[in-house]
Amino acid sequence: MTTPLLDLTPALPELLLLIAGLIFLVVGVFREHDGVRLISPLSAMALLIVAAIVLASDKTAADTFGGHFRMDAFAAYLKVLIFVGVAGAILVAQNYLEDERIARFEFPLLGLFGALGMSMMVSSNSFLGLYMGLELQSLAVYVLAASHRDTLRSTEAGLKYFVLGALASGLLLYGISLVYGFTGTVMFDQLGDLLRDENAFLSKGALVGLVFIAAGICFKLGVVPFHMWTPDVYEGAPTPVSAYIASAPKLAAMGLLLRVLIDPFGAWVDQWQQIIVFVSVASMLLGAFAAIMQTNFKRLMAYSGIANIGYALVGLAAGTQQGVNGVLVFMAIYMVMTLGTFACILAMRRAGTYVEEIDQLAGLSRRQPMLASILTILMFSLAGIPPLAGFFGKFYVFKAAVDAGFVSLAVIGLLSSVVGAFYYLRIVKLVWFDQPAEPFDLPLRPSIGAVAGVSAILLVVAVLAINPLFASAEAAASAIFR
Amino acid sequence: MSDWPLLSLVTFLPLLGAAIILVIRGDNDVVIRNARSVALWTSGVTFLLSLFLIAGFDPDQPGFQFVERADWMPGLGIQYHMGIDGISLWFVPLSALLTILCVVSSWYSVEHRVKEYMVAFLVMDSLMIGVFCALDMVLFYVFFEAILIPMYLIIGIWGGPRRIYASFKFFLYTLAGSVLFLIAVLAIYLNTGTTDIAVLQTAQIPESLQYWLWLAMFASFAVKVPMWPFHTWLPDAHVEAPTGGSVLLAGVLLKLGGYGFLRFSVPMLPEASEYFTPFIFTLSAVAVVYTSLVALVQQDMKKLIAYSSVAHMGLVTIGCFTPNALGIQGSIVQMLSHGVVSAALFMVVGVVYDRIHSREISRYGGLAERMPVYAVIFLFFTMASIGLPGTSGFIGEIMVIAGVFQMNSWVAALAATGMILGAGYMLWLYRRVVFGKITRDDLKSIKDLRWNEMVAFAPLVFLAIWLGIYPSFFTRPMEPAVAQLLQQAQTVDTAAVAGE
Repeated sequence: MTTPLLDLTPALPELLLLIAGLIFLVVGVFREHDGVRLISPLSAMALLIVAAIVLASDKTAADTFGGHFRMDAFAAYLKVLIFVGVAGAILVAQNYLEDERIARFEFPLLGLFGALGMSMMVSSNSFLGLYMGLELQSLAVYVLAASHRDTLRSTEAGLKYFVLGALASGLLLYGISLVYGFTGTVMFDQLGDLLRDENAFLSKGALVGLVFIAAGICFKLGVVPFHMWTPDVYEGAPTPVSAYIASAPKLAAMGLLLRVLIDPFGAWVDQWQQIIVFVSVASMLLGAFAAIMQTNFKRLMAYSGIANIGYALVGLAAGTQQGVNGVLVFMAIYMVMTLGTFACILAMRRAGTYVEEIDQLAGLSRRQPMLASILTILMFSLAGIPPLAGFFGKFYVFKAAVDAGFVSLAVIGLLSSVVGAFYYLRIVKLVWFDQPAEPFDLPLRPSIGAVAGVSAILLVVAVLAINPLFASAEAAASAIFR
Repeated sequence: MSDWPLLSLVTFLPLLGAAIILVIRGDNDVVIRNARSVALWTSGVTFLLSLFLIAGFDPDQPGFQFVERADWMPGLGIQYHMGIDGISLWFVPLSALLTILCVVSSWYSVEHRVKEYMVAFLVMDSLMIGVFCALDMVLFYVFFEAILIPMYLIIGIWGGPRRIYASFKFFLYTLAGSVLFLIAVLAIYLNTGTTDIAVLQTAQIPESLQYWLWLAMFASFAVKVPMWPFHTWLPDAHVEAPTGGSVLLAGVLLKLGGYGFLRFSVPMLPEASEYFTPFIFTLSAVAVVYTSLVALVQQDMKKLIAYSSVAHMGLVTIGCFTPNALGIQGSIVQMLSHGVVSAALFMVVGVVYDRIHSREISRYGGLAERMPVYAVIFLFFTMASIGLPGTSGFIGEIMVIAGVFQMNSWVAALAATGMILGAGYMLWLYRRVVFGKITRDDLKSIKDLRWNEMVAFAPLVFLAIWLGIYPSFFTRPMEPAVAQLLQQAQTVDTAAVAGE
């Protein structure tokens, strides 16, 4: 199965990104001051081009780097979404960086390298590949979170994320070493064969390792009980960075979790199912209830993210291919909703300063009906009300859960989404029912308007176009099941 | 005409109108005028097209007609499947008609955010029609729940002082009910491998599962109807909603509960339905008597009519679960009648509310002196609500009571009590508002009905009388569908007995 080291075609997207990143780095260094104006669109364009290449490329499974790296339909599906998501996050960041006087060309570059890390994460075919990708992504995000270094909130967010992230990495590494120690391999294929072989004696040590690995990845996903960093980091980090953290890395971490649990540890589904069920229920409930008290929009989105990843995990808890399929559809929709919402938050600017309090949205519909409508669509979609896309994401994961016999999980999920609907409705209420506060600054920045508008349109037309998304997710899910 | 995708046309035409209104630009006055006329034209054409459904409907055929199919989510076997039978036939034109009336009656009374108002009502129109035409459970659910969005905005933007509380309560209450319905849809899909309503009506679902499914569906439909004790959102929603919102809420949205019972619970889960019939009868009988008593003591006109709606819908739920054609047809007629009469009553309240800005009953009195036409219209719908023979209310009530009398005379007696109490609160309401001497100054200068209000009332008067004196025009197309419904319930029944 292992292909020669020099056959690099499976890693072509990553290599292209790397080369592009290095070139932009050199360009940025020489352009110093106006670098960011040039590098941002270039990075976004590079990401979109690579996404197109992935989309067009052959999706049959192929390994490289000694089998540590695998390109298959599963990786391709997630990569396209990650690249598009990161491109979107970089695009909406531009104006913010200039307004806050932190416009450094490193910002889009770090985003680009983070995307590279995420891309490697979803392509990892061994624990080494997994760890390399994860750390590359994390390092980029640590720096980004702290990039507004003159404000206390941002440095605190960066530090918090770094310290807790390092802890999570430690857990992950410890788990990997346990698995390696007890099974003698870090390669997913070999590990999978070992675990499937009923005659092979396997110590419980590997099981402990699995728990640590799951915990490490769950930290990156920001699910209960590893969620503590999310509200603070989302709130403290510069808003575009929050947008970045909330969207693509979640997708990558979910991809990682799916691949690890389904591929090598697929035979142990009964073992990890319990973990996932617990994490999922706890996340849905905490996300739903804790969000009610929030007044800061970014914090609210953090709790909303916790709840949403909880819904996604319902699909994984089912442990079936259909469930994974649902998770993939859900995550794609989640990313669109998150990016769109953060774009709307970035549009909340009054007399030159950015505001984040939810109350500031009062009466938005009178002043900016377009933005208000977009935000309304996003909120109803997050609440999971049909015909918007958010409903279909939930529908697929809950359907998979019911099919697998987890009816109670689906019931908890749906009831907590009713609680969740309350705080999304509260935003709609502020936007449409309340007396207008001071208007936001006009005109809306084109890049922000475009990202918000496109995401809202996608969520509306999903009712017609849900099938292609579902079909490609199906192809992706079948790649990690054998 | 028969080759046209008539149902899709009727369903999505209002949406097109909404889209057109959204792109209207220009002066405020121009926008308002254009928004109103686009809304009127679209809802009017939609209504006319829905009349083609009646004209083209073959009343002798039991199955679904005007069927349209297209792949929607082929990976899951979920289709875009539309069609109507005798049970849903009348609800489509009713929804379309009430939307026009909302547009017409708000012509002068809604002055702020006219554009958004018209968009919301056209979207409502589209979703309401869609929900009655959908023949796939997922498609049904999409329409069913999407209705919450425009209704939430309608209550919250154009509603009264406590509109925010009411809109949240409405939304969360009904959402909680409908997610349980979604679970039932998923479980049915898991069990039968299809979400096609036409197929499912003859599918056999294991009895042990039926009870759970039935309860999940009950949660959703009982909230929508609403049945006692799940009705508490309704008075709040009605009181705070603008007139148009109340009209659609009472006229169409409440019917979704009864429609759901007839479309899903009764045919698909016959054993469970039979098992839970005493439960339904108990709740409904309590609803009829208790909410009628509650209506008696209301100080607020809208609240009174809202409680009377709960009582009237109690009869509908009794009828839905009566195992004979008379009761089921009666419940459908009662739904239609309530759709016409309560919608009209909310418009009646809306007329004086627009002029005086109060719904307090004690605030009025002696309106007959200044508003003779209004008094006549009000009297007519009061009588229709009470169930005076010759009006639609009578037919529905008598059919349901006669139907249920065949199986349980106690329930019939309690249901009939509701008619007596209904006469009490409606006549008392009428006396306090319309009769007597005018004492307040602002009532002395109150104006009688405007042209647009008369236009809005006219079709409802016409329908209430037509349904009252010639009900077989309406019940005739229902007969094959209802017979089939009963047959489905019974064949499964006998099959179960034979299997034992």
